[in-house]
Parts: sequence; C-alpha cells; structure tokens
Amino acid sequence: MELLSGADMLIRSLQDEGIEYIYGYPGGAALHIYDALFRQDKVKHILVRHEQAAVHMADGYARATGLPGTVLVTSGPGATNTITGIATAFMDSIPMVVLCGQVASNLIGEDAFQETDMIGVSRPVVKHNLSVRHPEDIPEIIRKAYYIAATGRPGPVVVDIPKDMTTPNERYEYVFPKKVKLRSYNPAIRGHAGQIKKAVDMLMAAKRPIIYAGGGVILGKATDQLTELVKMLGYPITNTLMGIGCYPASDKQHLGWLGMHGTYESNMAMHHSDLILCVGARFDDRVTNATEKFCPGARIVHIDIDPASISKTIDADVPIVGPVDAVLKEMITLVRESKEKPDADAIAAWWKQIEEWRAFHGMRYETSPDVIKPQEVVEALWKLTNGEAFVTSDVGQHQMFAAQYYKFDKPNRWINSGGLGTMGFGLPAAMGVKLTHPDDEVLCITGEGSIQMNIQELSTCKQYNLPVKIINLNNQALGMVKQWQDMNYESRHAESYMGSLPDFIKLAEAYGHKGVRIDKKEDLEPKLKEVLAMKDDLVFVDIYVDRFEHVYPMQVARGSMKDMWLSKTERV
Amino acid sequence: MRRIISVLLENEPGALSRVVGLFSQRNYNIETLTVAPTEDETLSRLTVTTTGSDKVIEQITKQLNKLIEVVKLVDLTEGSHIERELMLVKLKATGSQRAEIKRTVDIFRGQIVDVTSSVYTVQLAGNSEKLDGFIQAVGTSGVLEVVRSGVSGIARGEKVLSL
Repeated sequence: MELLSGADMLIRSLQDEGIEYIYGYPGGAALHIYDALFRQDKVKHILVRHEQAAVHMADGYARATGLPGTVLVTSGPGATNTITGIATAFMDSIPMVVLCGQVASNLIGEDAFQETDMIGVSRPVVKHNLSVRHPEDIPEIIRKAYYIAATGRPGPVVVDIPKDMTTPNERYEYVFPKKVKLRSYNPAIRGHAGQIKKAVDMLMAAKRPIIYAGGGVILGKATDQLTELVKMLGYPITNTLMGIGCYPASDKQHLGWLGMHGTYESNMAMHHSDLILCVGARFDDRVTNATEKFCPGARIVHIDIDPASISKTIDADVPIVGPVDAVLKEMITLVRESKEKPDADAIAAWWKQIEEWRAFHGMRYETSPDVIKPQEVVEALWKLTNGEAFVTSDVGQHQMFAAQYYKFDKPNRWINSGGLGTMGFGLPAAMGVKLTHPDDEVLCITGEGSIQMNIQELSTCKQYNLPVKIINLNNQALGMVKQWQDMNYESRHAESYMGSLPDFIKLAEAYGHKGVRIDKKEDLEPKLKEVLAMKDDLVFVDIYVDRFEHVYPMQVARGSMKDMWLSKTERV
Repeated sequence: MRRIISVLLENEPGALSRVVGLFSQRNYNIETLTVAPTEDETLSRLTVTTTGSDKVIEQITKQLNKLIEVVKLVDLTEGSHIERELMLVKLKATGSQRAEIKRTVDIFRGQIVDVTSSVYTVQLAGNSEKLDGFIQAVGTSGVLEVVRSGVSGIARGEKVLSL
C-alpha cells in the first residue's frame, strides 16, 4: 500500500494518466502542488507569463496532437485569468483539464485572500467542473476529469483543489482507478443503423449533393473515413473554418471553406444543393447567414456526437447521433454494397455548374506593384513551407487571409479560435505546438492588434527555446473592425486605429529574439526565405501590408448563403 | 406551450446550480422549480415548468441531458400525468369573513391549518389553475401572504422515472 499526500497523488495521477506537459503559473494556493511537481521529473511544467497563455498553450497542444491539454494555476486571479482560454476551448470543443488551486476549505465563502468561486465562474464555459472535497478522491477525480474532457464531444474540465486537500504531511492510500464509469454520462459509440441507411439512400438519390464537414471530423479523427467516402461518391465537399484540413484542400472535389468569408463556389453550391451531408459541424451563424433563407432546396443529413447540435439552428431531416468515424465507416460499407448508384448525369451536370462558379470567381484579389497584399504573404508562406507548416492565427483579417490562402492538406495543422474568436490566441497556441513538434515549421500568422494581447509570452519562448515564426501582418489598424466600419458605418473608424505601435523588431530583440521588417514588395519572398532558414531562432517578422485591404468574399448581412460581396464594389 | 420537465439529478453539491445556470445562459424560461432528494439518497428529483416552442423545448431537454449530473429526464407533458402544487396562504379573517372563507376553503378542498383571532392560514394542493382560482375566489384584498411550492408531477399509469 502506497501512502501519498494529496499533492503527490495529484502529480502521480497525472503521470499515470500519461500527461507529459502541463502549462501553468504558481501561487499561494497551488504551492503544495508545485512542490510535488518539483520532486519528480516525469511531468514537465512550462512556466508562462500570464495564465491565459497557459490555457492557449494547452489548447494548441491539444489541437495539434488530439490529446487533452493540462493547465495548473493558483486560486483567485490565477484561476480567473484562465477563463478566456477555457471559453475558447469550450467553443471549439477542445479537450483540456484545468487544475486550479483554491483557498483552504475552512476559508471558502469568507472572502479570503485570492478566493474566487472558480466552480461558479467557470460553469458556463466548461464541459464539466469538479471540486475536491476529500484528498483520497484525487486520483478518481483526475481520471474522471480526463475521461469527460476527451470523450464524446470534447471540452474543458476544471478541477478546483482547496489548499488543505494537498497538505504535505497528511497521507492517504494511492489507488489510480483503471476505469471510470459515470451512470449519467454515456456518449454514443455508434450511430443508429436505420438512420445511416436512410442517409445513404438519400445520398444515392441526390442530384445536387454537397458534403459540409466541420471541426468534429478532426476532433473525431475521421479524416480518412471522410476522404474515402467523398472520393467514393465523387461529390463536392466544403468545410467550415474549424474543419480546415479534414479533407485535402488541393483536391479538386474540395470547394474551399464556406460561410461568411468562404469561397464563392462553396457558398453557391450549398445554396443550390438538394442534399447536404453535414459531418461534425453545427450550422453556426458564421456559416448559415440568415437561417430562414438557408439553402431552400436542400434536405439535410446531420451527423454529430452531440445531440444538442442537431436541429439547434437548422432542422435536420435525418439526424444521426454518433461518433463521426464510426458513422462514416458504416456509410462507406453501405455505399460500397449499394445497388443504387449515384445519378451520373445529374452529378455531371452539378459539377459543370460548380466549375462555372469556380471559374467565375475562385479566390482572387487585386495585386499592386508596390504595396504588399496580406494575401500575398500567406501565399508566399504556403509555397515556401510546401503547405506542411502548422499555422496558428489570432483573430481578424489576418486569420481569414491565412485560412483562405494557406491550403491545408492535413488535419490538425490549422489552429485558430473559430468559435470564441479570441485575440491573443495565436502565439501561445503556436508555443504549445512547437514544444511537441520541434522539427516542424510552426507559424503564428497574426496582426499588430492581436499579437499585443499576449506578447509577454516572447519571454516564455526564450526560456524554453521555442523558435516559432511570428508573421505580423501589420496594417496599422484593427483590420476587421475597420472593414466593418468601412462597410456599415460610412468609414467612421471608431477606435480601430492604433496610433502608437511599438517597434516590434526592438521588442523581439529585447526578449532575446530576432526581428525582421519587410516593407518592400520585392523583399517579401527573399526575406521570408531567410526567416524560414533561421531554424533555431524565434523570428518576429513585421510585414507592412496594404492598410486598406478588405477580406472577400463576404456574405451580405441577413442574406442567404449566396448573397456575397466579392470585392469593395461587386455584389452578387 | 407550457411543459413540465422532470429530472433525476445526482444529489451532489452544485448540481442544481448547473441546471439553473443552463436556463439563464441559454435564455430559457423557468416558471416554477422544485427539487428534493428521492428515496435513493444519491438522487434528487427536480421538476421545472417552462414555456417555449417545440424547438426550444427540444433544445432544453437536450441541453439538460448534456449536463454530466443529469441522470435521466422526462417531459411529463408528452403523456398523461398528474401535477400538484402546494400553497399556504394567510388570509385576513375577521367577523363575517371567517365563515365565508371557511366555505370557500371547503369548496376548494383545502384545510385551515392555523388560526388566530384575525388570520386563517390555509393549505391547498392541486394544479396551478386551481390555486389561482382559490386566490381569485377569496379576493386579493384579503390575502396577507402566499407561498407556493412550484409544480411537482408524475406520469400516470405504469410509466416510472427511475434508474
């Protein structure tokens, strides 16, 4: 029988759970835990400079690897600083466990120093949260936390640990449970066979089908199954911003991504389709535009692990609740065995129409002889990295340009805050990726607004030698805000302009990194090439891009999917 | 449409606040809410009455089911069911009012459970309309205090909500 203190049990449980890295920041209520961490070397701790960054790092790690991330912070401000990060992970269904110190049980409710009701504060943005009431429960609580975070529709789980639960000289028997069972939590393990059959019949009968795939395909590790099914059917596929990489972007059946800033052809194809097979997406408002005008002729098959995502905004004709990989696998078998075959003439005519749309617009932008266009930067990066880099982004115009012009053929490589839209996400997320993918190119495509929201992490990068490349598309304004002000507020640029930008090169150097400025068009490719050759350095690349560029296509507000602005002057 | 949703919930601290939080977070209505432990001490039974379109009600039940501590739930209004609410009401009762109130209480099959020289405390159980009807019958001017338990409900017949 092994006797351990609560703090040692916690760390031991993390070891037994197979956790390699935790990201965090110490403080009073977490000190017993930090001491236990110090006395072992299996679980490595990464010290960030702000707790929000610890969560984004764990998040970046989780998105790149598919494994749950782990965060450790103290009570009060340490815990509340994680909230934006937790909400970011929650909106994008990222598996994560956030361990928070708490004041000792006898002080809870007395407004003690650094006391916050973290269970209450985090409740709306977690999949679940757990509070430790008896030290001997710690191993089971940790096991439960990871089980809940990583199964079903994944999400963040907070564990609140009062300081007296980790007292060093009180020891308890350590038993790490092999399995957890929760009578009230049983995520679906397969889809309903009858519904799957019905869906396949509808797929075979469709004349203008489209597959609409989302982040659930990546989270559910079902990209192979999706690709196989789509290839087999020969139907067009589009995906959401979160689904980027779930199907190779360079394949001709892929129409690009859809929605507010999606491609012309995917929005047109969605609107005119007669059957939408939605796989692991949730018909969110940045995809559907006005729901009452959404795809009027389409019947909808919706596969999702979360029943609450089905018929939430758009009613499904055939709902299928289940893990996407298992459901797609069954569909593949049924399609293979099906006596009915797709209507070749109808599908050919449908493709002909789609190709016309593709030829009409495709992705294009106007170039200029002397100004660097942000799109050009992304295209150059895509070329120079052979489309193989991990790309994280912040939020705004640069995020859309990165998603539009970097073509991802693999999953888990496009890492952005799609649901919550968190500025400040990109750099720490990139750090989380780089730590576990040291030989891969990791780019953080950002803007001068977003990067300043977690710029302090340059210091963490120095401490742990994380040579990510920060690509700052500097347009000297909060570009997306400004774009909306141009379009909807007669160009009244209320607070969207930043008048006192720092010298980012000096700033990077002050933190011990390299900085490169690019402000001439002819320098763009050669200098980017040089930067990418600096394998061991974090390089802050400050690129002065067109200050007046807008992101297009852009759906017209309150319109249908097919109503778009294609440039500042063309509207369809 | 008004619905009665009955939930079996893990009897754990914080479980109730998750349910209540869900309703406010997602902008759902709560008209009444009752909760108490069941014969199985690990479970609480919670009854909530709410209103909303069929789509909203479907989301409410799905979102409730997603809460880790919700073990099982049923929308009682989908089938025939019995609903009851308990009301205690203090009424001004002096002079000729006393006999009149007593008669009204008898008609509504209530009981006078406490008496002073000027006040009757009446206990009444039934569905919510019946309780409303009683208040209307005695007139609001005589009502000193009202406390209602909120609706509890159970399905008719063989159907049971249990593990």
